[in-house]
Amino acid sequence: MVLDLKLRTQLDIPLEAGIISPDRLAGLTESEIARVPLIHGNRKKSLGDFFDISGTCDGEIRLVGDFTKVKSVGSGMTGGRIIIEGNSGMHLGCAMSGGEIAVEGDAGDWTGAEMSGGRIVIKGNAGHMVGGAYRGGHMGLQGGEIIVHGNTGNEAGNSMRNGLIVIMGNSGDFTGANMFSGTIIVFGELGIRTGASMKRGSIISMRHADLLPTFTYSCFYHPSFLRLYLRRLRDMGISIDDAQIEGGYHRWCGDSMELNRGEVLLFSGSPGS
Amino acid sequence: MEIHNTEIVDTFAEAFKMWGARVIVTAHSPKWVRAAAQAMTGFATSVIGCKCEAGVERELTPAETPDGRPGVSILLFAMDAEGIGKRLVERIGQSVMTCPTTACFNGQEGEKSVVVGGQLRYFGDGYQISKRLDGRRFWRIPVMDGEFLVDHQFEVCPAVGGGNLLILGTDLPSALNAAEKAVEAIDGIPGVILPFPDGVVRSGSKPGSKYKSLFASTNDAYCPTLRGIAPETNVPAEAGCVLEIVIDGLNLEAVENAMRQGIKTAAGCDGVIRISAGNYGGGLGQFMIGLHDLVRE
Repeated sequence: MVLDLKLRTQLDIPLEAGIISPDRLAGLTESEIARVPLIHGNRKKSLGDFFDISGTCDGEIRLVGDFTKVKSVGSGMTGGRIIIEGNSGMHLGCAMSGGEIAVEGDAGDWTGAEMSGGRIVIKGNAGHMVGGAYRGGHMGLQGGEIIVHGNTGNEAGNSMRNGLIVIMGNSGDFTGANMFSGTIIVFGELGIRTGASMKRGSIISMRHADLLPTFTYSCFYHPSFLRLYLRRLRDMGISIDDAQIEGGYHRWCGDSMELNRGEVLLFSGSPGS
Repeated sequence: MEIHNTEIVDTFAEAFKMWGARVIVTAHSPKWVRAAAQAMTGFATSVIGCKCEAGVERELTPAETPDGRPGVSILLFAMDAEGIGKRLVERIGQSVMTCPTTACFNGQEGEKSVVVGGQLRYFGDGYQISKRLDGRRFWRIPVMDGEFLVDHQFEVCPAVGGGNLLILGTDLPSALNAAEKAVEAIDGIPGVILPFPDGVVRSGSKPGSKYKSLFASTNDAYCPTLRGIAPETNVPAEAGCVLEIVIDGLNLEAVENAMRQGIKTAAGCDGVIRISAGNYGGGLGQFMIGLHDLVRE
């Protein structure tokens, strides 16, 4: 059965709602869920103070309303599914290790920060630091997938180590900065300073991009591993051109300020273009 | 029992427990798929002399392969999982990675896994790149035409080796014709390969030899030229040629299915007198596949 949580109040200050997760709400009755504590600003409140609750959670939670001020939904979740019919707030799915979160609208900053497994799909735009590491943290995304159908802010995939971030729109500046490994695929425009200080990992762009001078050009070629990624995205219902699967990419290596084992692949289609 | 005037001998094929792997090889074009497959399955007719048995299960369309390119499914068998791991490292490393444009993927779920790409990656000399996608780990090994992409590990499963048929014909053309048709009928059956040249073997063997250093020697009981002098013969007076089809499969059902198709196709072909099977009296193999049981079903 699906647990429905309908936000019935307009929030002016953020609600810390890491408790909204299938792991934590599974098996509770409606009245028990209503008594689950959360933090509103600097005050202790209960879920029932903000939400109309119906149903019980057997692995799936549906959130209805504007959750822009609701933070940390699905943080640390290990399984199950959360559907947000609206926008989500900051720290969505941070440190999650399994399960799936789907957002019909936009998502805030730090979406999927330091997650290690599972999948987050954002139908709209996402904020800064998608799949990134928290300040002072060592690693961002360590596994799992984040798919953003719109644009993202700055520092997507900051310090990520494994996992996949797909941005169908544009990404901001410093995409993949400090990357250890993993894969970022951007279908729109890249901001500036892509891959700054990356050690390993792959950043793929379907558009031309100006790269830092610490990246060196290697060749035009057809990376076979990318066919697997793009075909998988296509299987998930994402529109991928045949040319992007069959075509060629210009390979740039960097960042030579670091290990120089990272790469930026820029889609070309043909050697001269 | 007779089928279309061909005698089906009341005997059994004695098959053995083996381990099997399914390897998917893809390439830029069918030409290079075939080149890689030919190289990888070459000199893999018998575990006795080749340490493994391998063959092409079937060709794959781009829609059936992980990277959407033309491909082929290859089955490789050895006596244990460890042996398969060693053979895969050797053969993928020397025959597939060396072939232009190829990539190589695990093609099945199995009971055990053996590390293959995880061994071959060292060829990359530190420039190799690991990728994880959907629970699988791949290695991108830089080579002179770009990159060789290979699965980190391959799954292996218990399998059946040594299913077989003996086709006894009046002469070489008739036996060869029946064998070729049987191979054609078996070709494409899922889960089996015929490891010998184009599926047919003429040098059937018996265990042991008068020479102490040999584990196996010619199966004199089925050599027409020895009918008059061999201590025991299974060659009738009117037979001038015996050819064998050896079948390895990922499970017993697949081997039985292939043998059944082979018998039904070869029986009744011009000049085919008898269809039999090789066994060692039932004392060596784990599977006894009765010919009559197969065709009765």
